[in-house]
Amino acid sequence: MTSRIRWIAANTFREAVRDRVLYNLIAFAVLMSGAAILVGQISIDIERLVVVNLGLTAVSLFGVIIAIFVGIGLVSKEIEKRTLYTVLSRPVRRWEFIVGKFFGLAGTLAVNTFFMAIGVFAAVLYVSRHFQKADGWILVALYFIVLQFVILTSLALLFSSFSSPLLSAVFAFSLFVIGSFSEDLRGFAGMTHGVTSWLATGAAYLVPNFSALNVITSVAHEQPVAGHLIFYNTAYALLYATMVLCGAVLVFQRRNLK
Amino acid sequence: MSSRRWNAIFFVLLLIACMAGSVFFLQRVDQLRSGATLGEVLYIPSPKVLKRLSLGYSGLLADIYWTRAVQYFGGKHHEGAEHFDLLAPLLEITTTLDPQLVVAYQYGANFLAPKPPNGAGQPQRAIDLVEFGIRHNPNDWKLYYEEGFIYYTELKDYARAANAFARGSRVPNAHPFLKLLAGRMAEQAGSIETARLMWTAAYQTTQDKAIRANALAHLRALQVDEDVTTLEGLAARYKDQTGQFPSSFSQMESAGFMRGVPLDPLGRPYRLLPDGRVQVVSPDDFPFIERGTPPGYKPPATPKFLPSD
Amino acid sequence: MAAIEILGLEKTYHVGFWLKQKKLALKPLHLSVEQGEVFGFLGPNGAGKTTTLKLLMGLVFPTAGTARILGREIDDPGMKAKIGFLPEQPYFYDYLTARELLDYYGQLSGMAAKERSRKIPEMLDRVGLKDAGRVQLRKFSKGMLQRVGIAQAILHDPEVIFLDEPMSGLDPMGRREVRDLMEQLKQDGKTVFFSTHILSDAEALCDRVAVIHQGELRGVGAVAELTASVHGRVELIWQGTMIPASLAALGAECHVRGDTVRGLVSEANQEAAIEALRRERLRLISLTPVRSSLEDYYIQRLKPTEANATSVGVRS
Repeated sequence: MTSRIRWIAANTFREAVRDRVLYNLIAFAVLMSGAAILVGQISIDIERLVVVNLGLTAVSLFGVIIAIFVGIGLVSKEIEKRTLYTVLSRPVRRWEFIVGKFFGLAGTLAVNTFFMAIGVFAAVLYVSRHFQKADGWILVALYFIVLQFVILTSLALLFSSFSSPLLSAVFAFSLFVIGSFSEDLRGFAGMTHGVTSWLATGAAYLVPNFSALNVITSVAHEQPVAGHLIFYNTAYALLYATMVLCGAVLVFQRRNLK
Repeated sequence: MSSRRWNAIFFVLLLIACMAGSVFFLQRVDQLRSGATLGEVLYIPSPKVLKRLSLGYSGLLADIYWTRAVQYFGGKHHEGAEHFDLLAPLLEITTTLDPQLVVAYQYGANFLAPKPPNGAGQPQRAIDLVEFGIRHNPNDWKLYYEEGFIYYTELKDYARAANAFARGSRVPNAHPFLKLLAGRMAEQAGSIETARLMWTAAYQTTQDKAIRANALAHLRALQVDEDVTTLEGLAARYKDQTGQFPSSFSQMESAGFMRGVPLDPLGRPYRLLPDGRVQVVSPDDFPFIERGTPPGYKPPATPKFLPSD
Repeated sequence: MAAIEILGLEKTYHVGFWLKQKKLALKPLHLSVEQGEVFGFLGPNGAGKTTTLKLLMGLVFPTAGTARILGREIDDPGMKAKIGFLPEQPYFYDYLTARELLDYYGQLSGMAAKERSRKIPEMLDRVGLKDAGRVQLRKFSKGMLQRVGIAQAILHDPEVIFLDEPMSGLDPMGRREVRDLMEQLKQDGKTVFFSTHILSDAEALCDRVAVIHQGELRGVGAVAELTASVHGRVELIWQGTMIPASLAALGAECHVRGDTVRGLVSEANQEAAIEALRRERLRLISLTPVRSSLEDYYIQRLKPTEANATSVGVRS
């Protein structure tokens, strides 16, 4: 069971690499280098701030785009191209396929983020000349970004298992935007009454909580991240992603592959 | 096919369990982070930069910050806070993103200017905010009203208040009370009639529930102050006439001093004390009153002037 | 134990905007294939051949009925290790090379690494792709893709192999090679179940065939017996150019060729025809039975007659 999941994940990773997804790292490197060099000339005293803000935002955005664009095709492309037929006629369970695809893309994003992290730290080193203790929190911010990718990948996979690529992209992107304001949504739900309150609260808790996973601003200002928050966010992200994957499995298991 | 069924049941159960778990941890995260997103407001170096970053969606972002401002103030108010540091930045960001969001300026005038716990105690910042609004909406008479309102209520600068009302009255379609108020500033700034007019205007110029509730509370307070003054005066005259203070209002009624039992604005009877003083039964229900409170009365940390109170 | 047992498999699709209309893709199908047989599943396009295969592979779920392969249910993953499948006009991961593709499929089929590294070159050789092992599949021609498809279907040495239109899109050389491969599989004792609408291939390869049309099974049987069951005809050649009226009355098809006439009559009317010629004093030059082909059986079965609706032909 785990070996099949591993093979499917490895093959998904290989597909991403051969589709030249990792070339985005070049664009990222160019961006970071340019920013690091320019920022020193423009603003004094906040170079580190700008570099961390820009770097982490770029890591997040690049990854979100990859997660959505690759994620929406994970299942639908295999159905459309009928490559799925020869896979499912083998002793591969449908749920193993979904889980394998998930780990493949999540792994790709993790690897991508790893390389980008090196770029961010290089840029920080360049503008600050030395590392400081507060730079450790940048790692936490990056870790939270990876958790965001985990959630987003599971969502893209869910939509891919029953919807066309275009719709999947719209849904996934919408959830990303709404999820980034999920704290506001919960606050808003608290202010409503009656039936609206039930619906709004339900939606507010169902929407992925990307806002809590975004600590870019505070990390840029060298603020620490509470240990409890790291634990809670990790638990939340893993449980949420698992929930969404269960949904994807349930949908996919019933699907007739015409 | 039962293995497929068991499979489906397993995943449904797992889904529900994960959903419950994620909600549980989400609540923990919210608790830890309460106010964290708002706190980041202090890190925004310049609202103008934020506006540019919002790529033309600044209207939506303004609405989000506006909602945050309202929630922030309401939340802090319920905690009985003494400091409302983030209110000014939140309103400033809101209005930079959407300079035509008039209610934000009104909110600032009503809740940024007054001293804590009724507001943030930053009247000058409120003035700056409203003047920014006037610059961007020169034909909106409401903003001139708000400027005069702040000068009148918090800064007690009646000359400037008159100036603001006068400017506003010249705007086409201005509400007539602007001219009225401009006139009253000169001679009758301290009168209760002017105050009543001011707060009635405050109630009428907006649809925002919080501002209206606040204005009503002030109007009730004015009513109480006036009633207490009148009733104590009547009690004093009674004493002059009969040599003693009245023991009850019905006594005063039989003596022809009044008709019926006097009720406070919330419909409860006033209390007549043996020494001729008049008090309200529940002073906590009347924030802002200056008369009619028992000696040594301390107003609650959370004065009741918002609709949620 | 039968290799394949289809017990009333049925598939209805819901179509239309409100999914209210029903489209019957496969009527309840009852079929059984023995081990070691090469079984042909014949029918025109849209008859339900691919639907049947997809139902057997678990890609599509039946509306009713069940099936068993090698005695096990079709959703049994253990059984799937023993079967191979080649879909119609297949497409594979074009970013992989042939070797990588087979390696991947081998992994998923549960083959150990040693076994894979041994068998993959063998398999590529067997399907004639010896030199294309390290070429990316996006550079493969259609024929090469078909061959790699067969390779992935038999790589893990399955007992039952399912092929959907294995010859489609191949040139005569390619088709010959596929036929040879299928012959080899038969000699290895494998069960082969394949669908096609090319009857000559079926006639040459199959032990038994089934004819399916409009979602319904129209006939099943051994090739030899089916061709015999369609009443054969007899060819008579006689001297002269005259066609006796009595012959025409027997439903004979006659053509004059030079100074002889060639006539075809059904076997049943053979005696009557000879008698007719004798009465007219025509000289019979030759009398040859014309064996009907599978095509005749096929076309006959496709006709929407009542007989076809209920009968299933000769069972062996």
